Amino acid sequence: MEDKPITDQLVTSADWEPLVVAFFCNWCTYTAADLAGVSRMGYDHNVRVIRVMCSGRVDPQFVLDAFAHGADGVLIGGCHPGDCHYVEGNYKTLRRYHLLKRVLRDLGIEEGRLRLEWIAASEGEKVAKTINEMVEQVRALGPLRLTRRFKEWDAELASHEAEAQSEEVATHA
Amino acid sequence: MSERNGEVRIGVYICHCGVNIAATVDVRAVAEYAATLPGVVVARDYKYMCSDPGQEMIQQDIRDHQLNRVVVAACSPSLHERTFRNAVERAGLNPFFFQMVNIREHDSWVHSDREAATEKAKDLVRAAVMRVYFHKPLERRRVPVNPDVLVVGGGIAGIHAALTVANSGKRVYLVEREPTIGGHMAQFDKTFPTLDCAACILTPKMSAVKEHPNITLWTYSEVVSVDGSVGDYRVVVKRKPRYVREDLCVGCLQCIEACVFKEAKFDDEFNLGLSKRKPIYIPFPQATPKVVVIDPEACIQLRTGKCKKACLEACAERGAIDFEQKETYEEIHVGSIIIATGFQTFDPRRMPQYGYGKYPNVYTTLEVERLVNASGPTGGQVVTRDGRVPESVGIILCVGSRDERTNRWCSRVCCMTSLKLAHLIKEHTGAEVFIFYIDMRAAGKGYEEFYQRVLNEGVHFVRGRVAEITDWAMDPSEEGKLIARVEDTNTGFVRRIPLDMVVLAVGLEPQFDALNVQRLFGIGCSMDGFFLERHPKLAPSPTYTDGIFIAGVCQGPKDIPDSVMQAGYAAAEAIALADTGFFELEPNTAYIIAEECSGCKTCIPLCPYQAITFNEEKKKAFVNEVLCKGCGTCVAACPSGSIKQNLFEDEEIFSEIEGVLAYA
Repeated sequence: MEDKPITDQLVTSADWEPLVVAFFCNWCTYTAADLAGVSRMGYDHNVRVIRVMCSGRVDPQFVLDAFAHGADGVLIGGCHPGDCHYVEGNYKTLRRYHLLKRVLRDLGIEEGRLRLEWIAASEGEKVAKTINEMVEQVRALGPLRLTRRFKEWDAELASHEAEAQSEEVATHA
Repeated sequence: MSERNGEVRIGVYICHCGVNIAATVDVRAVAEYAATLPGVVVARDYKYMCSDPGQEMIQQDIRDHQLNRVVVAACSPSLHERTFRNAVERAGLNPFFFQMVNIREHDSWVHSDREAATEKAKDLVRAAVMRVYFHKPLERRRVPVNPDVLVVGGGIAGIHAALTVANSGKRVYLVEREPTIGGHMAQFDKTFPTLDCAACILTPKMSAVKEHPNITLWTYSEVVSVDGSVGDYRVVVKRKPRYVREDLCVGCLQCIEACVFKEAKFDDEFNLGLSKRKPIYIPFPQATPKVVVIDPEACIQLRTGKCKKACLEACAERGAIDFEQKETYEEIHVGSIIIATGFQTFDPRRMPQYGYGKYPNVYTTLEVERLVNASGPTGGQVVTRDGRVPESVGIILCVGSRDERTNRWCSRVCCMTSLKLAHLIKEHTGAEVFIFYIDMRAAGKGYEEFYQRVLNEGVHFVRGRVAEITDWAMDPSEEGKLIARVEDTNTGFVRRIPLDMVVLAVGLEPQFDALNVQRLFGIGCSMDGFFLERHPKLAPSPTYTDGIFIAGVCQGPKDIPDSVMQAGYAAAEAIALADTGFFELEPNTAYIIAEECSGCKTCIPLCPYQAITFNEEKKKAFVNEVLCKGCGTCVAACPSGSIKQNLFEDEEIFSEIEGVLAYA
């Protein structure tokens, strides 16, 4: 029961399109995404890139916030180990990433919704490939729709509370 | 929200970039959408936002509509962020009340579905509008630039860069790992297409380096660590022991004469093993500095300590030989660095079908350069390893170039090198020369003309990739020869061409340790392993690391004139940086809200620059903004959220996240 992902309970609607938020470091992955553009390497449009100076800046809260605001997947892109513009920011990202994956698992969010990839400034092709893979993977997992879930849960909680209250009233009566 | 920032008045500008964006994104629809967003006072689309009228439009709007925030959706911020910040600043606004949206590289150029691309552009613009709301006025940081320059690599590119910088009056440190400068060019015989001798044009420049009062030349030395950043790099150079004191040796070479090894029996690196040298040697007669060097692997004294040290006696008067010499380390401070570490040639053993290393008369182009050279191992006689003057010579092009199995790139110099060698071999021996090619590429001033000249000299051109070189004779005329089996694609026949000598035109590759150099200096590499320039067209020498420039083949295959041009360009950039005297940094440093800091010290070990210190008395951490490079790693880690990063504040990024997802 505890391993059962919450999306199992959701029905995938026909008009649903996955949305992936990507945090790319300025020096390697963002530049690689620019290169993918200059080289006209087409990729799936269901991605929105947010630039940070280093993948080390990606606070786990950013990832959770993206999910909470409706992202179906989050992609983090940084420099290859050893190539970090800030010496070792990417190693710190890696450590946080593994911890964050466990948190997500405990929250019932599938691991496949978060991905960390090392993409060097020259690897435009890898940007296109990674984004396509990520979008496909998230599409296969189905919608996360935490925003809607939150509303449903709030409603559910409220109804439980109301029920409990009325029961309490009944026992006292 | 608006209370904190007063009334926020945002102007949004959507660029068509000609048709680059407008063909895929409905720019008018994006502008109309932007106009509906909270805080947006004016939203427009325009053909070229970066043009003067485009910038003027923004400035006019800032004045007319009292805008205090500007968002431009156009190309990548790496291209025009600075342009628009400056434009905003000229209209009296703080330049950091600006946010750039990348709807070209990240949208119109990678998507073809107009509707989806337009929706994406709207999302990105909305995120920027929401983000810019929280922007704060910031001051640009200036760091002073040390005018001294380090040049790494003493080939023609490094030499030219060092001389150019030194001539401008700046101090230059030129570091070369071999015992002499000169690089590959020193090994060449003639240079195409003019056939002037390489040594004749190179050695004066080598001497000029040695003599230049502004150049500190460290050969047999390597950079071992690089710290700091633009304007102030702290570099440690290891000077390997040559067991000869550079300040005392005059290059008389009597020690070599006296060495207990009467016969030279160790492979001579400069002649690629085609000749032998002694344990004490000078790489070549014009070596700069003209100082001998002792090979510790070969020298009996250095290996066993039991030599009669004849060299020491020969040098008794000057006492330059010093078996006790140890490696030393020099620390230097420079403002910028030019990397010109060159290339290695492709090892043709990786293509065993050509028999290099198996058949003694299969050579590389570099080896033949030494053979035709008058001061080379054979005194300029082109002879096979068994001492015969070849009657027929085949040159195979694209060995380790333009090949999916090895290297995919064109090495650019092999066609011309082969034409030159064909001419020289014919001149020296009168042999029949065959060139096996895929395409002849002779683009360059005077190059095509040289190709025509060699064609007219009667060199045979066979269009086809040689399948193999074999010594298996099918008839008596092939006995004792090497046979090139090749499909002549011009005639459609498979031919067997008997040859006395085969020359492999080996391609150019990144140095074996290019990856280490890349990491040492914190620069990038292209897919092929050559160092990455900042922009393939408009900035082919600067790198993504400010104050570090690349020149010569380490950036990609090129010939001598192109290497010299790029070296001059790198030098000009370094001089301009030094003459400006300062460098403007992004004000994206971290800072700590002292009242909120809990003193947990989580951030301190995270900073790779030791920019965070802890005040034990106050139990608070502090960021030294001079040392902070603005990565934001500590900001993400702070459990109390008391570390902030300028330009990347939490609320700025959170609102950007919310912005891209507002319709999700």
